[in-house]
Amino acid sequence: MTPYRSALPTGDDGFPALLRAELTKLRTVPGWVMAGAVAAALIVGFALLASGGGHSRGGPPPRDADGTPVVDRFTFVHRPLPADGAVTVRVASLTAPDGPEPWAKAGLVVKAGTSPGAAYAAVMVTGAHGVRMQHDFVDDVAGPASARWLRLARAGDVVTASASTDGATWSTVGTTRLAGPAEIGLFVTTPPHETFDQFLGGTSASGHPVLATAVFDGLAATGVPASGWETLAVGAGDDPRALVGAAAWSGDTVTVTGAGDIAPAVEDGPGLEQTLVGGFVALTVMVILGVLFVTTEYRRGMLRTSLVASPRRGRVLAAKSVVIAAVTFAGGLVATAVALLAGKGIMGDAVHPVSALTQLRMVVGTAALLAIAAVFGVAVGTILRRGAGAVAAVVVLTTLPYILSVSAVLPVVSAQWVLRVTPAAAFAVQQTVREYPQVNAAYTPAFGFFPLPPWGGFAVLCAWTAAALAVAAVLLRRRDA
Amino acid sequence: MRAALHAEWTKLRTVSAPAWLVLAAAAATVALGALASRAVTCEPGCGLDATKISLTGLQLGQAVVAVLAVLAVGDEYRTGMIRTTLTAVPARSTLLAAKAAVVAGAVLAAGVVGVGGAMVAGRLILPGQGFAHLPATDGATLRAAVGSVLYLVLIALLSLGVATLVRDAATAVGAVLGLLYLLPILLMVVSDPDWQRRLRRLTPTEAGQAISHTVGVDTLPIGPWSGLGVLALWALAALLAGAALLHHRDA
Repeated sequence: MTPYRSALPTGDDGFPALLRAELTKLRTVPGWVMAGAVAAALIVGFALLASGGGHSRGGPPPRDADGTPVVDRFTFVHRPLPADGAVTVRVASLTAPDGPEPWAKAGLVVKAGTSPGAAYAAVMVTGAHGVRMQHDFVDDVAGPASARWLRLARAGDVVTASASTDGATWSTVGTTRLAGPAEIGLFVTTPPHETFDQFLGGTSASGHPVLATAVFDGLAATGVPASGWETLAVGAGDDPRALVGAAAWSGDTVTVTGAGDIAPAVEDGPGLEQTLVGGFVALTVMVILGVLFVTTEYRRGMLRTSLVASPRRGRVLAAKSVVIAAVTFAGGLVATAVALLAGKGIMGDAVHPVSALTQLRMVVGTAALLAIAAVFGVAVGTILRRGAGAVAAVVVLTTLPYILSVSAVLPVVSAQWVLRVTPAAAFAVQQTVREYPQVNAAYTPAFGFFPLPPWGGFAVLCAWTAAALAVAAVLLRRRDA
Repeated sequence: MRAALHAEWTKLRTVSAPAWLVLAAAAATVALGALASRAVTCEPGCGLDATKISLTGLQLGQAVVAVLAVLAVGDEYRTGMIRTTLTAVPARSTLLAAKAAVVAGAVLAAGVVGVGGAMVAGRLILPGQGFAHLPATDGATLRAAVGSVLYLVLIALLSLGVATLVRDAATAVGAVLGLLYLLPILLMVVSDPDWQRRLRRLTPTEAGQAISHTVGVDTLPIGPWSGLGVLALWALAALLAGAALLHHRDA
């Protein structure tokens, strides 16, 4: 007698079939599908909510040619420079009442006009960072530390900055291009004295404006009209409380005072990452889904069926992770892209401009963050086998460090440490504002600055997830289901 | 009611998870508070709130307390025990009241140990960080300590109500933690300062944790006791909604 054989063809037991099975389990629970849809809707909804309403106080800051918001305020003792020419000067001293700020600046600048935001090239003595050549607001090149003689020369449209310790032997600090009629001359400026701290829900920026004083001598110029030097406080009209510098001549010596800065504006209006605040809600929803994806199988006994159908347990865990990650990533990508574009449209000019590449990183990064967090949920759910503890663990690990750091509950040093080692570091993928070494600003989590680079922070979450998956795989194999 | 209380107490006492969670809640409150105290330094006249720093651990302890309260209901639904329970105690409001009382008692114990330990830890650590005057028994400090214990109890009652509403432990924990942790983050992006202040008065965590401040209480969006009152209203609303649904749904 022949044993019974089913007439149905043997099912495929490869990994694709397993993926299909897990996808079917995921998409056939109406509550889960609805939760995912609600999460996506919340991402978009909070983007609309967060980007409406208030805008930055005061007028918009000046922008440079690329549209980067800049600070451009200094005392300018200048003459027109129609074509080629050069100016040489010695910075005899750079002082301020309480000592010069590290980034107080005194030196020579050639600028395409005197309106704030116009292109420039400058060589300067700084308070504590030696001689620098800076141009176009973001570029900063170090020169000899002890030099006090500065020269700025233009030939064709190439501007060459040189420095010297004795006025005889010169070394080139850097070159850049600046075409067309320009203004050339002496400048002095200094950022205000500021220190930053944060603790217990408060951020403190304590400081006061400073007026720096520089004494120049040995001034020599070629290629400029013979008429006298004019003094102008560039950009002083912005703020009535700002200190305004002046220039005083005494023979060959000129004493110039100035305040302000020539640098990229670091804190300026709302950041574009505000549009992605709904990602936190979505994160919580997706973590719950990830946990339930496993713990429901334990609860209903479904896991025993799953493991009979696919006895290699590691593959079941892998299939679950792949499915929930892929679904979350796809949905998250669409939702965050819509949220970002809609929020950007509403905020308009008020938002700090962000390059297209950064926007792409924010969208892809947030979607990936959601996907990996869901996998983290799967792994922790497998380890704990109970929903409540797993959800609490993942939500606390991802959002509590963020709250403690960003809402300034912890002091800066601890907050940065927390955002380096906890999964919350992954929110660095949403960071929009660059950190500039030549600008003294509050580079703290409360102002949206993460201690790790965007993908570095994301890697921290990936490491946590990989570790949790490894533990989950071992436990799933060892324990009875 | 006495019998229902006795039954709930037996259920809570005879599984290991609640005891561990009570311990974990107390330990988490003390540990995070001690870490925060270690992290901060105070120069003379820094004006930092030593009591508030000692009680930073509430942020973590509340999550453990929420899990404890949610499991009191959620585990009954997970195992099907709820049907036995409702057969034994058919008066469903009585059941929920008994559960609330027992959970509140357990969390009270966790809170007294956790908050007390955190205050002691703060008093031991903070003088070494530059804090000079640490009155142990002035009115504001006592109010912060007692209020923080009540805060944890109210968080537990809120979680119990939510768990009765959604009947699934994982979803309930997610909902409660979302309420506790996400609302403050979402409020950070409200750009109108007046609206932000108004909304912060209504948020369970922001309003409830006003009780743990002893410095600059006047500048808070809401006073300490009224803040705790807001949280109490949240807990009451959750419990009432839970009770209503418990009445009208099959178990």
